[in-house]
Amino acid sequence: MSASRWRRAMQGGFQQPALQLPARSQPAGSSPASAGGVETDPYAESNAPRWLKFLWRHLSARHVLIFLFLLAYPFVATPFFTFQVAAQSLVLGLIALSLTFLGGYGGIVSLAQMSVAGVAGYSIAIFGVSSTPISLGWPWWVAVLVALFIACACATVVGWLSVRTEGIYTIMITLAFGVAFYYLVLQNYSLFNGFQGFQKVYPPDVFGLNWREPVPFYFLTLFWAMAGYLAVKWLVRTPFGIALQGVRDNPRRMEALGFNIVAHRVAAYAFGGLLAAIGGVLLVWYNGLITPGSINVGWQINILVIAVLGGMRHPIGAFLGSIVFVLLQTFAIDLIDRERFNLVIGIVFLAIVLFSTDGLLGLWDKLRTRMRHQTSDSVASTQRH
Amino acid sequence: MKLTAKHWAWLLIGGPLLVFSIWAIADNTRLYFVTLLNGLTLAALYFIVASGFTLVFGLMRNVNLAHGSLYLLGGYVGFIVAEKTGWWILAVATGFLAAAILGLLMQVLILRHMQGQDMRQTMVTIGLSIVIADLLLWAFTAQVHQMDAPEWLHGPIRGLPLIKAYSAYRLSLLGFGVAIGIFLWWLLTRTRVGAMIRAGVDDRNMLAASGVNVNLVFAITFMLGAGLAGFGGVIGAVELSMVPGEDTRLLLASLIVVIVGGMGSVVGAALGAVILGLAETYGLAYAPTYSVVFTFVILILVLAFRPRGILGRPA
Repeated sequence: MSASRWRRAMQGGFQQPALQLPARSQPAGSSPASAGGVETDPYAESNAPRWLKFLWRHLSARHVLIFLFLLAYPFVATPFFTFQVAAQSLVLGLIALSLTFLGGYGGIVSLAQMSVAGVAGYSIAIFGVSSTPISLGWPWWVAVLVALFIACACATVVGWLSVRTEGIYTIMITLAFGVAFYYLVLQNYSLFNGFQGFQKVYPPDVFGLNWREPVPFYFLTLFWAMAGYLAVKWLVRTPFGIALQGVRDNPRRMEALGFNIVAHRVAAYAFGGLLAAIGGVLLVWYNGLITPGSINVGWQINILVIAVLGGMRHPIGAFLGSIVFVLLQTFAIDLIDRERFNLVIGIVFLAIVLFSTDGLLGLWDKLRTRMRHQTSDSVASTQRH
Repeated sequence: MKLTAKHWAWLLIGGPLLVFSIWAIADNTRLYFVTLLNGLTLAALYFIVASGFTLVFGLMRNVNLAHGSLYLLGGYVGFIVAEKTGWWILAVATGFLAAAILGLLMQVLILRHMQGQDMRQTMVTIGLSIVIADLLLWAFTAQVHQMDAPEWLHGPIRGLPLIKAYSAYRLSLLGFGVAIGIFLWWLLTRTRVGAMIRAGVDDRNMLAASGVNVNLVFAITFMLGAGLAGFGGVIGAVELSMVPGEDTRLLLASLIVVIVGGMGSVVGAALGAVILGLAETYGLAYAPTYSVVFTFVILILVLAFRPRGILGRPA
C-alpha cells in the first residue's frame, strides 16, 4: 500500500463532526501549519525579547484600533453600557472562550463549562464573604485562589471521566454532569444554601478602589478577558496546542505517533476549566450573588449558544457571540416581550446553526468571499465589454 | 483471574447494598418497601421516556436534546384533551401522537438534511428545545398543572402485605413500563420494521445497501421515540406535576439512564432506569439533601469502569 493510500485509509475511518474541521480562515500566521516551526523569521537577527518580536509579527492596525477603542470605551459610554453591556459581555465571553478553546481546538464540546464557572462562583461565596452565615469569610485572595483551584480540579475530573468516550457522547456526559450539579446545589442546604444561594458576594476594595464601580469593574473584566484571549492564542501555537489540534483532527494517527491523547484532552479540560473559573469568579462579582438559577441548564446552553453564535473556530468568536447575546438580552424588551427572550435567542441560534457552520464569523467570511467573487466578476465583465 | 475480579465487583457493590437493606428493613420495614415500589414505578416512567431516546440514538447517532421538551409537550396536550373530553385513554393517545408528529416534522424537515453531522444535529435539537420550552411557557405559563388520575385508578389499593396500601395509579405505572418494554421487545425482535431497526443500529450503510429505505426507517424510529416521550409525558403528568423545568429533569434522567445502561440498547435503558429510579427514591427517603450525590456516584463509577455503559458495545 502506498503512503498516500494509507493516509487516506487512516483518515477515511474517522468522520469529523462539522465543528471539528481544521481552522481554515484564521488570520495569517496563526494557522497551525505556519506555526510548525519552519517559518522564516524576518526579525531573527535583532536581539529583542521573543515576546516583542512575536507582537511585532502579529500586530496589525485593527488590533491596535480595537484595543484603543476598548480602553476609551468606558469614558465615552454611560455606566449602564459600561457595566451591564460591556462588562457582562466580557465575563460571559471569557466563559464561552473556554468552550471555544475546548471545542474549536480540542474537538471537545463540553456543556459543563458553566458548571465549572459555577463551582468557582460557589467556592468563592463559601470561602469568602457573603450575607449567608455559611460563608467562612477568608481573605479575598485566598478565597479566589482556592476557588480557582477547586474549579480546575473539578474540570479535570469531569474531563478525565468524559474523554474516555468520544465526540457525541461527550456532550451528553458533560450535560449530565452539569444538570446533576444544578440539582445538587438546589437540594443541598448545608453547604450550598439551596434555592436561595449566596447574596452580597462583592469584589473586594483593593488599592482604595471599589471594584464594583462600573469603570474599575470594566477594566478588571477587560484585563482578564484579554489575558484569557491571549493565553488561548499563545497556547494553540505551543507544541501542546499543535498536538491538541492533531488530536482533534485524527486521534488515531496521533496515538500511533506516540502522543497520549487522553492526557492532551484532560490538560485541555484543565486549561479550559481555569478560563471558566476566572469567568465564574467575575460573574459572581458582577451579579453580586450566586444561586442555582445562575448555573441551570438554560445557562449551560447559553454558553454554548454564545460560542456557536460567534463562531467556534476563532477565540474572538466567543466575545463576538457574547456581545450579540447580551445586546439581544438587553434590548429584547424593545423588540417583543421581555419574557420571550429565550424564544428570540433560540430562533437566532437555530438560524445560525442551520445556515452557517461557523457562526457569525462564518457568515461574514461567506459574505466576503461572495462579494469578492462578485467584484471580480464585474471587473471581468467590464473588461470584456 | 477475570472471574475473581467480577466477584470482587459484585461484592464491593452488593455488600454495602445488602448491609443497607438489612439495616433498613430492620429499622422500618414499611418505609423500605414503599420506597422500593416508588423507585420501581419511577423507573418505569424513566424507562418509557429513555427508551425513546436510546432508540433514536442507537439508530441515528442523534442525541435528541429536545427529548425533554417532547415529554412536556405530550403532557400538556394530554392535559388539555383530558380536561375537554374527560377521556384519559384519549389523552394518552393524543399526547403520544402530538409528540410523535412533532418528532416526525423535526426529522423530515430539518435533521434529515444534515445526516452524518452529529454535532450539528445536536445543536439543532438544542435550539429546538429552547424554542419549544419557551413556546410552552408562553402558552401554559409557569403555573403548575396537575392531571387527575382516571376514575378506575383513583385511590389506594388496600390490603397489600408489608406496605398495607399503595396508590393504584403509581402501581399502574409499573404495568405501563412493563407493557412498553414487552411491546418494544416484540417490535424489535418479531417484526420486519424491528429487524430493520436492529440492522440499522449495527450497520446503517449495509442496511441502505441491501435495498431498505433507510430514510423511512429513520422517520418511523424518530416518530416512535418522540411518541414514547409524549406518552411518558401524559402518564407522568398525573404523578409528577407539569411545570417548566420538568423537561430538564426528564432529559437528565434520560441522559443518565442511557449513559449508565449503555447507549442504543433498550435492555440497557431498562437496567439504567431501575438503577436511577431506585437510587433517586432511596436517596430522597434516607438522605434528602444529598440524594443527587448518589446519581453522581453511579454516573462516575460507571464512566470510570465501563465508559460505554453497563450493556454498551463499542460503536
